[in-house]
Amino acid sequence: MKKFKFVVLLLLIVTSISITSACGKGNNNAGDQKKENGGAAGNLEGNIKVDGSSTVYPIMEAVVEDYGSKQPGVKVSVGSSGTGGGFEAFGAGETQLSDASRPIKKEEQATLKKNGIDYTEFRLAFDGISVVVNKDNDWVDHLTVEELSKMWLENGTVKKWSDVRKGWPDKEIKFYSPGTDSGTYDYFDEDILKKKPLVEGATLSEDDNVLVQGVNGDKNAIGFFGFAYYLENKDDLKVVPIDAGKGPVTPSHETIKSGEYTPLSRPLFVYASNSAVKKQKEVNDFLQFTLQNAGRLAEDVGYVSLPKEEYQKELDKLKAIK
Amino acid sequence: MKLIDHSRVLNHMKPRVSFNIFFRSLFLLATLFGLLVLGILLYRIISQGLPYFNFQFLQNLPSRNPEQAGVYTALIGSIWLMAVVAPVSLILGVGTAIFLEEYAKKNAITTFIQINISNLAGVPSIVFGLLGLTVFVRAFALGSSVLAAGLTMSLLVLPVIIVASQEAIRSVPKELRHASYGLGATKWQTILRVVLPAAIPGILTGGILALSRAIGETAPLVVLGLPLFLAFLPRSVFDIFTVLPMQIFNWTSRPQEEFQALAAAGIMVLLILLLLLNTIAVLIRNRYQRRY
Repeated sequence: MKKFKFVVLLLLIVTSISITSACGKGNNNAGDQKKENGGAAGNLEGNIKVDGSSTVYPIMEAVVEDYGSKQPGVKVSVGSSGTGGGFEAFGAGETQLSDASRPIKKEEQATLKKNGIDYTEFRLAFDGISVVVNKDNDWVDHLTVEELSKMWLENGTVKKWSDVRKGWPDKEIKFYSPGTDSGTYDYFDEDILKKKPLVEGATLSEDDNVLVQGVNGDKNAIGFFGFAYYLENKDDLKVVPIDAGKGPVTPSHETIKSGEYTPLSRPLFVYASNSAVKKQKEVNDFLQFTLQNAGRLAEDVGYVSLPKEEYQKELDKLKAIK
Repeated sequence: MKLIDHSRVLNHMKPRVSFNIFFRSLFLLATLFGLLVLGILLYRIISQGLPYFNFQFLQNLPSRNPEQAGVYTALIGSIWLMAVVAPVSLILGVGTAIFLEEYAKKNAITTFIQINISNLAGVPSIVFGLLGLTVFVRAFALGSSVLAAGLTMSLLVLPVIIVASQEAIRSVPKELRHASYGLGATKWQTILRVVLPAAIPGILTGGILALSRAIGETAPLVVLGLPLFLAFLPRSVFDIFTVLPMQIFNWTSRPQEEFQALAAAGIMVLLILLLLLNTIAVLIRNRYQRRY
């Protein structure tokens, strides 16, 4: 009997401790912040919530990591619930900044307008969607945009390599594509397929590493994903140069940055709520820091920076919000 | 004349024995299969994650540089989450089980409730995430806080705890209750001093399973909008936080191979945390197991 009472007592103590310690820590919090405030490094305070694209997340993670040493009083949290999920939270006023790997959609704009949220779009970096085939695939030297759309469009038939171009093997093509929630899928669907449905037999995955594995393991496979994933696995995959009418172009830092690699090089964005930029000094400061450092940090995590003058343009946009 | 024909018996025994051996080895194989897969998993994770698994890893924040990345905020966040989920789900779960077993009359309504609880145990976790988003995050305006996530997770694991506690309470022998009543104890005294102590091992087994599920669950927390990168710790249950499984999930989806190794190291931390929690529960359980 005593033992049981002991356990009940223990449970009660644990619960009460966790509650009281929660309150107690709240008080410490104020003290800590004051200390940080007094420091020489930074003088801003506040909370910033960022959410959105998982493609942009690595850049934001790097930015926040560096920002922490500049303004330790500003608490930034970064989520990665996807471009669409990010805009949903942004529209509900839950976040001040929203990462996106595609421009905002009409429906999302409508929600923002309805909720009275004014926003500004900033470009952070470039990503080149890379089309890849198996390493042992010796027939594909390049693909034109028409061939790409012909391959990836759903038309009710089994697709064979020989259907794409004469002389290619009479083998079924295996498709690997990012999942429908990702901005990469949206971008490909919109720019290459003109919003028509993607081939039904495709293997979809939200995890790009699965796509890498898939293409790597099948001689007749083709897939597409972000440039960073190709770069990391370039020994195991063969990238396909894309011909948009001016001759085949291979995705590389230079061709993506210069815009030569079209139409598959895409900008990555961060959307900011205008009222937050105006009202919260720390949001303005953080965005400024982001735009000043995004190029370098994007390169660090495997993306391609915008040309320098472009970042100045984005900074001017930020200044214009007043 | 013999009553038993020995040779016929022997003839009969052979297929019986071989039948027994067949099933015995079948079940042994089934057990070994599970162990083998677990062994491969552990080997892979440990061989991949060990280089990154050190004290620094526990103390550092997530970083773009794999050498400097760590799970500090995620680990502390997971512990915070458990500190909310464990008391809330156990108190609500065991309370419900006591009511249903000891107080409620067996009629159509309790049967209906019973069926619903069993069904809830099979509802996909993402549905609970959506529920938590609408009720706790938005309607109660708790945001992506420890409390909102803890309550959502408690709802998710409640059915498991309720069903396990009910089974445990039901299996307490009637004689014990009758003896207690016979000595003049009230219903509440009987429940508190006779039924519950006898049922504790079963209740805790359910609790272990439930908490293990809560600590590894990712999907509902993603829906709740929990962030991934935080450079600060939660100070109260109303603060924003992040948990280990989300950090692991993010690392596995990175292109760089180093991050896959980091994910493995993160899984090791998660497994150790899980083992610690389970050990505590098993220790408490063993104290009571010998009683009846």
